[in-house]
Amino acid sequence: MAVQVKATLLSNRRVGSYHHLVLSGAGFASGVRPGHFAAIAVGGDNTPMVLRRAFSIHRATEMTAKGSVVELVVSAHGPGTQWLVAQPVGAILDVVAPLGRPFALPRDPVNCLLVAGGYGSAPMAYLAEELIARGCQVDMIFGASTESKLFDTLECKRLARYFEITTDDGSIGTKGRVSDVMPEMMKRAETAVVYACGPMPMLQAVAKVSAQLGAISQTAVEESMACGIGVCMTCVLPVIGDDGVTRMVRSCVDGPVFRGDRVRWDAVGTVPSDAYGAPQSGGH
Amino acid sequence: MTVSMSTSLGNLQLRGPVLTASGCAAAGKELDQFFDITEIGGIVTKSIMLEPRSGRPTPRMAETPSGMLNSIGLQGPGVDSFVANDLAWLEQRGATTIVSIAGNNTEEFSRVAARVRDHSAVKGIEVNISCPNVSNRGLVFACQPESAADVVAAVRRTVPSSMPVIAKLSPDVTDIVAIAHAVRDAGADGVSLINTVLGMVLDPQTLRPKLGGKTGGLSGPAIRPIAIRCVYQIRAAMPDFPILGMGGIRSGLDALEFIAAGANAVSIGTAIFGDPSAPMRITRELEEELQKRGFSSVKEACGIAHRVER
Ligand SMILES: Cc1cc2nc3c(=O)[nH]c(=O)nc-3n(C[C@H](O)[C@H](O)[C@H](O)COP(=O)(O)OP(=O)(O)OC[C@H]3O[C@@H](n4cnc5c(N)ncnc54)[C@H](O)[C@@H]3O)c2cc1C
Ligand SMILES: Cc1cc2nc3c(=O)[nH]c(=O)nc-3n(C[C@H](O)[C@H](O)[C@H](O)COP(=O)(O)O)c2cc1C
Ligand code: FES
Repeated sequence: MAVQVKATLLSNRRVGSYHHLVLSGAGFASGVRPGHFAAIAVGGDNTPMVLRRAFSIHRATEMTAKGSVVELVVSAHGPGTQWLVAQPVGAILDVVAPLGRPFALPRDPVNCLLVAGGYGSAPMAYLAEELIARGCQVDMIFGASTESKLFDTLECKRLARYFEITTDDGSIGTKGRVSDVMPEMMKRAETAVVYACGPMPMLQAVAKVSAQLGAISQTAVEESMACGIGVCMTCVLPVIGDDGVTRMVRSCVDGPVFRGDRVRWDAVGTVPSDAYGAPQSGGH
Repeated sequence: MTVSMSTSLGNLQLRGPVLTASGCAAAGKELDQFFDITEIGGIVTKSIMLEPRSGRPTPRMAETPSGMLNSIGLQGPGVDSFVANDLAWLEQRGATTIVSIAGNNTEEFSRVAARVRDHSAVKGIEVNISCPNVSNRGLVFACQPESAADVVAAVRRTVPSSMPVIAKLSPDVTDIVAIAHAVRDAGADGVSLINTVLGMVLDPQTLRPKLGGKTGGLSGPAIRPIAIRCVYQIRAAMPDFPILGMGGIRSGLDALEFIAAGANAVSIGTAIFGDPSAPMRITRELEEELQKRGFSSVKEACGIAHRVER
């Protein structure tokens, strides 16, 4: 269950192109699983920015005396994230967490490949630890446009059996995309489950390669969100249900993690005509 | 001195003057994590239609200065699923529930009203004749007095006379007072003011409309002066007609502005997205604002903006 808390910014450190924020507050780390996200109010009182910003939870630690700690990785993208990364230590932030449906973990110890794009690596170390604790073998591929947009590579390299990096500009690792090196890695690692977090086109490619090689994929999508808690219906995308029917489902409560083979990637941004409740000719 | 926070919309008695706005609280369940939804004035549920509906393409929202545009397009499960799941939950939870209904034509409005009228959880019906997110602007019933009156009269005929029927109006009209008169004459027990204002934003990169549905409804503090004007005009023209006011309320002081302009109660919409506890917080803040000004009740402050200077 999500809580809304006033959290204190304990640390705000620049890491490459990103900022690593550490927040302390009451109760917001309890029940956090890898893949959950937090939504933060930006801009201060009476700000013209009326909506919260969503961030994957990098790590969450429940403590006793000081309350609990939630860590985030923020890329300064537009006005809201720029405001956030400019906050001084000690700033009080309004945080709602944990939100969404986390990554599903395998019951059996299987070989897992974690694929991240840019700040999509934020939840990966935490996920890797959980998988390793269940006896899974963990391999990773991190990709970014350039070296400074990779996050947490040192920590993750330590956790992974095989670890690879790709960059668009070749500044580090293999020049190219994560999906270029996936097939090779998956064969070598005998991957059964792929976990992915990153931009939508990357997730689509990851889902495709995973399916081709017979692996299950779990993808954490990033859709524009107004509320983050399931009340507004802005964050929808077409997903195929257990009954085979495509529905426009809310990525904030039914996701952000979906099985990659269930997302209608080509139809994201549209309402497919066979979706449940889709407009019939001349309708809506 | 305590302030009496109870109020009414016609014969609908409310324990508090702050409700949720349709489409901004779903059917209350998600907000119940953040505050006790039975402690506010009521939950106005997302507009429900006869059939399941998938809504418009994404992106469905764009943040704008002090507001946002949305083009949800009334996505919902259809009235049968709504009754079986959402109304059942609201009833068991004991929340004061006003059901917002919508339809593609007058008959659909009646049929949806007929499905919810006998449910014991339903304390009132808000008739959404003003959703801007339809492909055909001609379908915005609230833009013409005749079509607005037709829909309201059909719903009025369908539900028992004891069931409050509130018509939700659009500000995108030349003369909102004329529309209010038309729906009152058709049997509405009050009006909700205002639905979103039709707007558009372009993507700065592509210079094309940013929303999948191209146009969207503007909400949030940006539209508050428009909403206050609408409430004030209708209160001035119709001194005793119940008004549920909304549009950009994010503090108790904002809510007081609506009440002073003539609203009997208020709904909180977009502010919930920024602060999921907003309806509860605003109730408390409003109570403080009333107390600070020496009002003993919400009713005492209602319409005070219309009083002639002493
Ligand atoms: C589930 C989820 C997890 C995310 N995790 C991270 C993370 O770990 N680190 C990180 O840096 N960013 C993350 N993002 C993206 C982050 O939410 C956006 O970059 C941020 O909202 C942009 O706000 P802004 O004011 O800087 O930009 P603006 O472009 O000015 O934002 C305007 C509006 O659009 C929305 N918006 C803009 N870009 C995005 C986007 N990419 N995704 C969702 N909404 C957007 C904003 O919420 C805001 O309402 C995540 C998004 C989602 C949905
Ligand atoms: C995302 C969103 C969805 C909405 N859906 C509905 C709806 O289904 N029915 C309706 O009558 N109004 C709907 N509205 C309008 C609100 O109920 C309200 O009238 C309007 O947003 C102004 O109030 P606000 O500024 O407090 O949000 C919606 C508004 C938003 C922002
Ligand atoms: S962001 Fe509001 S329902 Fe998902």
